[in-house]
Amino acid sequence: MKPPLLAFNKKGIYCEAADVYLDPWKPVDKAIISHGHADHSRWGNKKYITHHSNVPIIKHRLGDIEVAGKEWNETFTINGVKFSLHPAGHIIGSSQIRVEYKGEVWVFTGDYKDENDGVAVPYEPVKCHTFITECTFGLPAFKWQPQAEVFAEINNWWQQNKENGQTSVIFGYSLGKAQRLLKHLDTSIGKIYTHGAIENMTEVIRPLSEMPESTLITRETKKDEIKGNIVVAPPSAHGSPWIKKMVPYVTASASGWMTFRGARRRRAIDRGFVLSDHCDWQGLLKSIKATGAEKVICTHGYTDIFSRYLREIGYDARTEETQYEGEMGEEESKKEVEK
Amino acid sequence: MKDFAELIKTLDSTNKTTLKVAALTHYFKNAEEKDKVWTIAILSHRRPPRPVNTTLMREWASELANIPLWLFEESYHIVGDLAETIALVIPPAEEPSEKSLNQFLQEIIDLKAKTEAEKKEYLHQNWLSLNYYERFVFTKLITGSFRIGVSQKLMTRALAKATDIDEDILAYKMMGNWKPEKTTFKKLILEENEEDYLSKPYPFYLAYALDGKVEELGDVEEWSAEHKWDGIRSQVIVRNDELFVWSRGEELVTDKYPEFEKFIGNIPNGTVIDGEILPFPEGKIGTFKDLQTRIGRKNISKKLLEKTPVILKAYDVLEWKGEDIRIHPFEERRKILEKLYAEVSSEEIHLHLSERISFKSWTEVAEEREGAREEKSEGLMLKRLDSPYLVGRKKGDWWKWKVDPLTVDAVLTYAMRGHGRRSNLFTDYTFGLWDDEKKELVTFAKAYSGLTDAEFRKLDNWIKKNTLERFGPVRSVTPHHVFEIAFEGIAESKRHKSGVATRFPRMVRWRTDKNIHEANTLGELRDLIPD
Repeated sequence: MKPPLLAFNKKGIYCEAADVYLDPWKPVDKAIISHGHADHSRWGNKKYITHHSNVPIIKHRLGDIEVAGKEWNETFTINGVKFSLHPAGHIIGSSQIRVEYKGEVWVFTGDYKDENDGVAVPYEPVKCHTFITECTFGLPAFKWQPQAEVFAEINNWWQQNKENGQTSVIFGYSLGKAQRLLKHLDTSIGKIYTHGAIENMTEVIRPLSEMPESTLITRETKKDEIKGNIVVAPPSAHGSPWIKKMVPYVTASASGWMTFRGARRRRAIDRGFVLSDHCDWQGLLKSIKATGAEKVICTHGYTDIFSRYLREIGYDARTEETQYEGEMGEEESKKEVEK
Repeated sequence: MKDFAELIKTLDSTNKTTLKVAALTHYFKNAEEKDKVWTIAILSHRRPPRPVNTTLMREWASELANIPLWLFEESYHIVGDLAETIALVIPPAEEPSEKSLNQFLQEIIDLKAKTEAEKKEYLHQNWLSLNYYERFVFTKLITGSFRIGVSQKLMTRALAKATDIDEDILAYKMMGNWKPEKTTFKKLILEENEEDYLSKPYPFYLAYALDGKVEELGDVEEWSAEHKWDGIRSQVIVRNDELFVWSRGEELVTDKYPEFEKFIGNIPNGTVIDGEILPFPEGKIGTFKDLQTRIGRKNISKKLLEKTPVILKAYDVLEWKGEDIRIHPFEERRKILEKLYAEVSSEEIHLHLSERISFKSWTEVAEEREGAREEKSEGLMLKRLDSPYLVGRKKGDWWKWKVDPLTVDAVLTYAMRGHGRRSNLFTDYTFGLWDDEKKELVTFAKAYSGLTDAEFRKLDNWIKKNTLERFGPVRSVTPHHVFEIAFEGIAESKRHKSGVATRFPRMVRWRTDKNIHEANTLGELRDLIPD
């Protein structure tokens, strides 16, 4: 039997024919990277290939690395295997990776969402035979509202807080969610302030996407000037001494996990906005259908449940162990900040 | 329904007491009269009986959501709350309903007698005509209690603000046996009505656990000590030749303890005694396990009455000769109680006295506490001699000083996702001890509490990465972590694989300094069982 085009081994997703890894979790010679989050773009690979808009992001995170940037849909061939990158809509610079060899096509999603968030280039379904998908939110309990409705709620919340003389502090991870928030906050209400982790990442992304102005909170920032405005901070800032400067404040979190009442309550956050950079249940099912794939491999999230359901509705679906952190996505930002 | 759902949402989305009270006050000032009564009833755990069993609800909800039942069940395990799961998986409403809270509750009461097909029709229709949060609240009204961090105390405070009636008086009015569908806000809260008071108990005075050193309580002569009995805290009321027995959970349990019927005619009318119902097999105080044979039973057989009779171990008297004497000093109330006891207690009249312990120094008190387990008590209660009988949990005059719990070091073997604020986190654990050959870990207890949120998160993370097998919602994990497990009591049990049942097991420390081979054995656990 011939080896599969992409195999899951100890180091990552391996294409033997090209001797290349996709989003490896152990250092390898050549890695094609879907996007800039820490569990997908790790340190220590000799050569990185990724979309050119992800280049400054991973350079910012990983330092001086050897990296080649590609265009969307640009085919590059390694040992006769054709590779190309296609928008995944997850965060800015996030790609699906298409692999074609001897007429067989596989697509690896990394992380993705099917809604246009106004910052990342929107997701495009890519036809394939085998689709390797995440399913972070692969349960029917997850159902996103349109982004416009969520931001209307967020801006309304900010306005209300301002009228009550309070500062709004909203938590979202520093790469992706923070810029999505910045882009859609209504600056006619007030000014946007940022935590250092957010400001640094946003600096890197500004040349790639237009966003409203933000002000970094420093030691010199006066308490009074922040009052009534909105502060964008990573989740780990909640409960830290840093946040004391915002008093009196109310907190909110913007995440898909806010679907669960318990998730918000245990973090002692005042308000939860359901805003995710992943697909919801229907989004996953629609996306899979649009690829025309018969075989589906689930990499992270509620993999067992989701692949069982896919099998029931007629797909040849299975789960593969990876070290992507779907189920622990909530903790993602913590690492970003601690770096 | 909208304003009630909005209230619940507000209560649910803040951790600040002042905001909760403000939201409740606003509601009590503005809601419809009938809705207010129901809100009080719901927040004091007086819901209508469940009209539909949850198995059927799961089936009907998964049908409506167009997903297989197993997928609904899996989602439920992760969401951790049935009403929330139902609210999430069903599509949004097309034409939202305008029905009021009391309309819904009346329908829910009437639903119980309907056929299964009618029940299904009713649920489908209403699930589809409510939006997410209202659908959640509606389903909660049917399935279970609202755990939204609103205590009765907090609700009473808000009600006091909304009505300008004293909090303690309101607490008293809301006690006892009233039915929301049969009363009005005016009758329940606003009006004075003497005959309503016939069956009413007083709000219980509850003590905090002693947190500092006992010596810090000051002069030992100002204090009284007695054992803290491990039964059912109760108030026994004799008024107008009628008997009422109330448990601390505000449940009227008169019928369950026919032993006390003889109080009528022997204890004068207009008497309320605060005490502990204790099992008394063979003329001795039994264990809590003995009492459990009585708690669940509706019909008490003669045989059971003979085998496990109960007594009232009296702590205090709150009403005497029809007069509320709670404001009088403890010492004075005790004198009345002791006199009553001396006059009426007999083989027939199961009134016992929780004896005061005489002592001259705190050291003597501490020694008495050490021996509490042998007395079948949980420790001591310390009460200031001049203290009034207060309402609810208050600091200062009364303290409970429990014996130190028993502890063993055990190994984490299984984990399950938690509920409520711990949904989607593995926080419910099973622990094992070594068999006597130290070869195999035998399950001995389950525990859910005692770790910090940060520790739970860390352990949750580890569990997800170290799962051996999945059994539905339960995962077995690599034996690796050792925890110090504390518990209050221990007894032999045929129902447990380990042969031992523990009371209130909980985690007290994550023993990261120990490896699994240093955990205790079952033999060592059995050695803790008192003879």
